[in-house]
Amino acid sequence: MIDEMTSRSLLSLKSVSKSWKSFRIRDVSLEVRRGEYFVVMGPTGAGKTLLLQLIAGIHYPDSGKIILDDVDVTYLPPERRSIGYVPQNYALFPHMSVKDNIGYGLRIRGHPRDEVEGRVRELSDKLRIEHLLERRVSTLSGGEQQRVALARALIIEPKILLLDEPLSALDPETREEVRDYLKEVRRMLGFTAIHVTHDFIEAVDLGDRMAAMFNGEILQVGEPMEIIMNPRNELIASFTGAKNLFKGEVVARRGELAEIDLGGMRVYAATKRSGKVMVAIRPENIVILLEKARISARNILEGVIEEISEKPPYVSLKIDAGLPFTVYLTRNALEDLNLRVGKRVYLAFKASAVSVF
Amino acid sequence: MRRVESLFLTFSILGSIIVLILLIPMIAAFLMTNPIQVGEALMDLEVLNALSTTFTAAAAATVSALLFGTPLAYILARRDFALKNLLESLLNVPLAIPHSVAGILVLLAYHSRSSIGEILSRIGIVVEDSFWGIVLAMLFVSAPIFISSARSGFSMIDETFEHVARTLGAGHFKTFFTITIPLASRSIISGAIVTWARAVSEVGALLIVAPYPKSIALLVIERFEAFGLSAAIPITALLLLIGIVVVLILNYISRR
Repeated sequence: MIDEMTSRSLLSLKSVSKSWKSFRIRDVSLEVRRGEYFVVMGPTGAGKTLLLQLIAGIHYPDSGKIILDDVDVTYLPPERRSIGYVPQNYALFPHMSVKDNIGYGLRIRGHPRDEVEGRVRELSDKLRIEHLLERRVSTLSGGEQQRVALARALIIEPKILLLDEPLSALDPETREEVRDYLKEVRRMLGFTAIHVTHDFIEAVDLGDRMAAMFNGEILQVGEPMEIIMNPRNELIASFTGAKNLFKGEVVARRGELAEIDLGGMRVYAATKRSGKVMVAIRPENIVILLEKARISARNILEGVIEEISEKPPYVSLKIDAGLPFTVYLTRNALEDLNLRVGKRVYLAFKASAVSVF
Repeated sequence: MRRVESLFLTFSILGSIIVLILLIPMIAAFLMTNPIQVGEALMDLEVLNALSTTFTAAAAATVSALLFGTPLAYILARRDFALKNLLESLLNVPLAIPHSVAGILVLLAYHSRSSIGEILSRIGIVVEDSFWGIVLAMLFVSAPIFISSARSGFSMIDETFEHVARTLGAGHFKTFFTITIPLASRSIISGAIVTWARAVSEVGALLIVAPYPKSIALLVIERFEAFGLSAAIPITALLLLIGIVVVLILNYISRR
């Protein structure tokens, strides 16, 4: 049984600890299986980037071991690990064209010019960035930069791909599209990946498994939905913020706008997905109205306040609107609206505030 | 009518005064220069020798600064170590002392009967009154400029570029030459040009260490003392022109 586990695992961290500047990794043990998309989720400053850099070999651990593909790589320099690294800002080399960026890993390993050219074209074709090849890096949009950085990391056929907050630099409207793109690329190329994020939607939508990381420690590992539905402790529960997370089904569509049935109640969302979906609405993106006013928000639901509690810096309201909703308000807004338990209110949120996955 | 803001009006008047103080001598030098005399200066063997001595010595000083200063600048930009701040301050001392004092320091340490000078003379390098003395004196007063320019160039490069290059298979040295140097090239090139120009302009240290072979700045002084102001004008105009070209090149590089 144990042998079977080890052979399936591509990467394992054994009690890895590291202090670097103000960041800490404390006694982290982790197994990533071959072919798996593994998400590490945690707040800013949890040490997620440092964890990736230890795996990449940019830093060496103070103690512990890192095993990659049955080889102890703990103190192996990055150039001998065969790891694809896409940092948060993408770090495309500004003095090279897109083509030279993608081909860098092959050129530096001494592959002949023709072969580099051919493989760059082939991969760019698959990633649909062939039209960008002659461009200068400074002329690319955020999304284009991300695809190029992905191609540059994938061209060396790395054993594992490390993605540091790959969606955080993109505007919210394009994130669903990029998640779909990542899924598609993964289906096509079949890589193993570690994806670091602070957004549970990415974890649920992309991850086969995930780890919840706080203050340099891994607190829980499992399937994303399992962690979000059954967080092991209050810290994980408060961060994953699985508030207003509902199952639904897309029942109608007008262009970009989908009508989603949540079991009797319908919401509108800006999504291209269809069929059975998950829907999440961040508590801070919901506005409370006392009357059903004409406002630009696409979704207006009626409900009754069931509970008011402190959640600094907000006040948290539990509202029964057919489904249990949580809404965060400032104390000022609460007082201005004169809200109290039992009061009937309207919840308003834009279609773009509804994340679908 | 467009309203002129009084602050910018006042500052423009004050600013104009310093602009005039700086520009008038340059304009005057060209107005008082007879192009034929500049032509003659360029045929004057003593001028040509002095120019070639100065330019080659300054180039040798600049190459030395590049060769030894670039690695130092990279370490200063990327690593912390004990007394690093003190070292960086000390490296700037040559910029803060009179150049005659710099000359005395160089001579004291490296003259042919000093312990280092003795070793140098065994491989044929004598400092006093020699080309190598000029190079050494120039290096002493100008290398700090190169080091701080290259250092700030390296500091501005996000280390993530280097990290990514390493994961893609480039070793430390390959990363340095294919990523770091190209990204810092503007600071390195402009640092080298300023270093060269600073070396060309050196007088004080050369007077002490190696007044001979004659460098061009010393020749200007010699002509001025022996034959008066008018005799110094052609070489002055020539050096001024070179200075202007250097500044224009720097300007071009920084806008690129």
